[in-house]
Amino acid sequence: MTTNHKMIARDVSVFYGDKKAIDSVSIDVDMENVTAFIGPSGCGKSTFLRTLNRMNDTISIARVEGTIELDGEDIYASGMDVVQLRARVGMVFQKPNPFPKSIYENVAYGPRIHGLAAGKPEMDQVVEKSLRRAGLWDEVKDRLQDSGTALSGGQQQRLCIARAIAVDPEVILMDEPCSALDPIATAKIEELIHELRGRYAIVIVTHNMQQAARVSQRTAFFHLGTLVEYGETSEIFTNPRQEKTKDYITGRYG
Amino acid sequence: MSLLAILFLVLGLGLISWISARMRASRFVRGVGSDRPHSLPSYHGWYVGLWVTIPALLFLAVWASVSPGLISQAVLATPGAANLPAFGMERAAVLSEARAIATGAVHGGFHAQAASLAPAYRTAIMHYGLIGAAVTLILAFAGGAFAFTKVRSDFRARTRVERLVMGALLIASLIAILTTIGIFGSLVFESWRFFNMVSPLEFLFGTQWSPQTAIRADQVGSSGAFGAVALFWGTIFIGAIIAMIVAIPLGLMSAVYLTQYAKPSTRRWVKPILEILAGVPTVVYGYFAALTVAPALRDFAVMIGISNASSESALAAGIVMGVMIIPFVSSMADDSIAAVPQSMRDGSLAMGATPSETIRKVLLPAALPGVVGGVLLAVSRAIGETMIVVMAAGLAANLTLNPFASVTTVTTQIVQLLTGDQEFESAKTLAAFALGLVLFIVTLLLNIVALRVVKKYREAYD
Ligand SMILES: Nc1ncnc2c1ncn2[C@@H]1O[C@H](COP(=O)(O)OP(=O)(O)OP(=O)(O)O)[C@@H](O)[C@H]1O
Ligand SMILES: [Mg+2]
Repeated sequence: MTTNHKMIARDVSVFYGDKKAIDSVSIDVDMENVTAFIGPSGCGKSTFLRTLNRMNDTISIARVEGTIELDGEDIYASGMDVVQLRARVGMVFQKPNPFPKSIYENVAYGPRIHGLAAGKPEMDQVVEKSLRRAGLWDEVKDRLQDSGTALSGGQQQRLCIARAIAVDPEVILMDEPCSALDPIATAKIEELIHELRGRYAIVIVTHNMQQAARVSQRTAFFHLGTLVEYGETSEIFTNPRQEKTKDYITGRYG
Repeated sequence: MSLLAILFLVLGLGLISWISARMRASRFVRGVGSDRPHSLPSYHGWYVGLWVTIPALLFLAVWASVSPGLISQAVLATPGAANLPAFGMERAAVLSEARAIATGAVHGGFHAQAASLAPAYRTAIMHYGLIGAAVTLILAFAGGAFAFTKVRSDFRARTRVERLVMGALLIASLIAILTTIGIFGSLVFESWRFFNMVSPLEFLFGTQWSPQTAIRADQVGSSGAFGAVALFWGTIFIGAIIAMIVAIPLGLMSAVYLTQYAKPSTRRWVKPILEILAGVPTVVYGYFAALTVAPALRDFAVMIGISNASSESALAAGIVMGVMIIPFVSSMADDSIAAVPQSMRDGSLAMGATPSETIRKVLLPAALPGVVGGVLLAVSRAIGETMIVVMAAGLAANLTLNPFASVTTVTTQIVQLLTGDQEFESAKTLAAFALGLVLFIVTLLLNIVALRVVKKYREAYD
């Protein structure tokens, strides 16, 4: 049973100093699946998401308990190489954050760091492939040397997705990737998530119930640092088992 | 009445009026809506207090500067002054002595006439002192009365006081600007006189510097030579090259360490210590350069076989100056690295970049304009720095690339030209102003460029 889960989190608790932000959460993430995290603001969705690629390491007061496995390997084990881990588990942030470099250099950043492309022709291929997968190629192919920060918000976010998939990750974490975008750009990203689903395990945090229903196969509802309910998206939205979940998705939470 | 007594009297009146206007205003009916008193009681207090003090004090200031003149006029008009010596200096001496006797500062005088003029002086001082005091007090009371009648519930005292505060601040900032303009003007004026004696082309492009104009025409080098290129080179060599080779890497690295690696607790004590470096008096750095670093460097140079190493070397001055500049570079770099959004850093780390890759490939490039601005500011400070180079760089105007040789700088030469007995009209003295002008213009340009660079970059992220 455990073998076909990509990532397995067991009894994960996260502390900021003395404050407990996540309380004993267990979740599985599967390949070729989109998992949505929903829940009211401050319930710990981002915190939990960041434990999956150890981005919490960058916060000095954060401390993680419990185990998280990637392909059966404990990512918090002392021998774990964080650089390797983050190459395998990529991340896209809420606010598009392209580097102040050219579009080309933004996408080439990861492959360069990890030595994934030998020589310029190969790098060109990697960049093109990633931009195509992110659905951005046709819009930027004539201006690859322009600055990444000169793109529109939606294009910037797709650039960040291209940047993340350029290192061939297995899991992609997205923290509210559409919250800074207009409906059209949002629709594009959702479409993109659909296409990417076949290759990666995707985890997406969202405040938008419809979005969760549209893009995900599984949904996890967080409340005050605990995981209230986790299951098939269709199940959660049509027939939640918990009263709290029902209140939240019908908008009665408050 | 003495000026000091009047001053205190006016201030006392101001305080009393402040208190009474405040009390009066605090009895206003506390209405609602538009009936509410417009301003807080203390604003009414300030309004009246300022009206009492400011006109009176302004008058007092003017009076203090014109009344001595009026007093001597009055004394000179008395018959006793008719047979004063005609010669200016002696006459002034007698008058000041008479004045000293009148105010009781000295007793018997050196000049017989002084004692006879003293009574005239005394009456004149009394006379004008009384006039001054009376006018001051009248102004204070008039101002107070005028302002006090206005203290009513709907009077906009707050607005008035704010406007006054703004005026005061404006004047304060204008003083700094006007001083700068004045300094610049005098530099330009004196330099112009210099350039009448020495051609600007020779000054800016000549390589021969020996400013000693001889006393006798037949002495060696009697003409003096004012080619400042060697000075400019020495300044650049020490301030912009050697000092920056020391300061840029060390400053940058300490900024990177402090912003990216240091724990908050470490940062709390390392940063202030670094800033203390900026507060060490430059003369102490000068000592250090001249007495510790320079001899050590010379010994080192001799050891590695450079025989003409000087005990006053460009390297010693440059290294110590570089150390002095480290805090500037590091705090500017610190600011601009901290201004790079956290999301850039997160983005890079989430790609699997190590902290040092993140710094090299994302943070530093993004912070570069700010860092460049900081470096330019540091250079402008380094080339204007005087004490270290006076003590450690030497006086010989050498056009050399050898860091162990002695070179001289613009600031060192200015000090050299202006210390000791000087006649003010000689090209030697005036050359100092021309050098000062060049330094002023260069540092000004550096500052302008640096601030523009920094500002432009700040806009990119805000
Ligand atoms: N760096 C931090 N230091 C201290 N506490 C933090 C930090 N980051 C988050 N927290 C706390 O942890 C809790 C969970 O925060 P988190 O950002 O994970 O919530 P979230 O579910 O992502 O909320 P939102 O939907 O608003 O993004 C909150 O109470 C928050 O105050
Ligand atoms: Mg969040």
